[in-house]
Amino acid sequence: MIWLIDLIVLIFVIFSAIAAISVKDLLSTAILFGAYSFLMCLLWAVMGAVDVAFTEASVGAGVSTVFFVAAVFNTTRRTKD
Amino acid sequence: MKKTALLIVCLCGGLLLSATADFPDWGYPSSPASTHLSNHYIEKSMEETNVPNLVTAVLADYRGFDTMFETAVVFCAGLACLLLLRNSNHKKDRFYRHVPTGVILRFNKNSTREPGGREFENMDAHWVPDDLIIMTVCRILIPFIQIYALYVVAHGDFSPGGGFQGGVIFGSSLILLAISYNLRTALKRTTEKVLGIFSAVGVLLYVGIGLLCMVLGGNFLDYGKLVKVLPVDPGHIRALGMLGVEIGVGITVMAVMVVIYVNLASKGQHDEGL
Repeated sequence: MIWLIDLIVLIFVIFSAIAAISVKDLLSTAILFGAYSFLMCLLWAVMGAVDVAFTEASVGAGVSTVFFVAAVFNTTRRTKD
Repeated sequence: MKKTALLIVCLCGGLLLSATADFPDWGYPSSPASTHLSNHYIEKSMEETNVPNLVTAVLADYRGFDTMFETAVVFCAGLACLLLLRNSNHKKDRFYRHVPTGVILRFNKNSTREPGGREFENMDAHWVPDDLIIMTVCRILIPFIQIYALYVVAHGDFSPGGGFQGGVIFGSSLILLAISYNLRTALKRTTEKVLGIFSAVGVLLYVGIGLLCMVLGGNFLDYGKLVKVLPVDPGHIRALGMLGVEIGVGITVMAVMVVIYVNLASKGQHDEGL
C-alpha cells in the first residue's frame, strides 16, 4: 500500500519539476517549485525522515517561495529563453 | 544546440538511474551505511546524551562542530545579501498621509524636509488600501505562529524540529507581518540594527557555549562539563547544552531570513515591500 502512495507522489514530483523548468511565467515557476518542495516533504515523511520533511516544508515550500516571489516582483516576470 | 544539450542530459540521467540499481535496498541492514557508525548512534545515544530525538543528538552533539559552521554559513548568506543589495542613498519622491484627514503630501526627492507631528505616516508610492480581512486574520495568526516556532525550538530534543526549523518559522511570521501590513510596519518592530545584532548573537551564543565547555576543562562543545556552572542533574546536562545551541541557531536563522526578505522585497532600500 505504501508503495502506491510513493508512486503517486513521485509522479506528481516529476510533473511539477518538469513544469517548473518549462513554464515561461516566473511567478508560476515559483509556485510550482513550492509545490515540488511540498511533495518532496511528503516523500520524506513517508520514508520516516520527519526532521528532513519538517525542514523541507518550512524552508522549501514556505520561505524560499516567498523569496522567489519577492525576486520576481523586482525583476521581470517573463523569462527570456 | 538545444537538442544536443537535451541528449547529454538524458544520457547522464540514464547513467545515474542505471547506477542506482547497484545501490543496496532502502533500509537494507547490511549496507555500508548501516553497519559502521549508525549502530553506535542508535544503540548508545540515549545513554550517552539522554536525548530521545536521535537526529538532534547527532546534529547538535556528535556533529556539533558541523552544525556550528552551518550556522556560520547561514550568517554569511545574510551578510552577503545585505552587502550586495543594501542601497540606502537611492533617492525618490516620498509620500506622507495625514491620517485624520487622509490628505497626502508629496515630497520631492531632493528635499530633506520631513512633516512634523505624529499624524503623518510614511506611505508607498503605489499604495493599495489595507485589506481589513487580511490584516485581522494575520494579526490573530502571527502570535500563534510565533508560539509554535518557540515550541519547535524548545522541543527539538524530544520531537522533530530544532533551531533551524523553529528559526525559519519565526522568521516567516515576521515576513507574514511585512506582507500583510507593509514593510515599514515590520521594520518598525524589528529594526535593521536589531536584525543585524541578532544574526551575529546566534552564532556567538553557539561558539560561546563551545568555548565555555573548553574553559571548564573539556573539549570544544563537550556539554557534559557545563554541569560545573549549571545546577542540574548530570544526566540532563547534554540535553540542556543542546537546547542552548539550538536557541543560538534559531536566533541566527530567524534574523537572516528576515534580512534576506527585506532586502529582496525592497531592492535594498528598506522602504516599500511587496
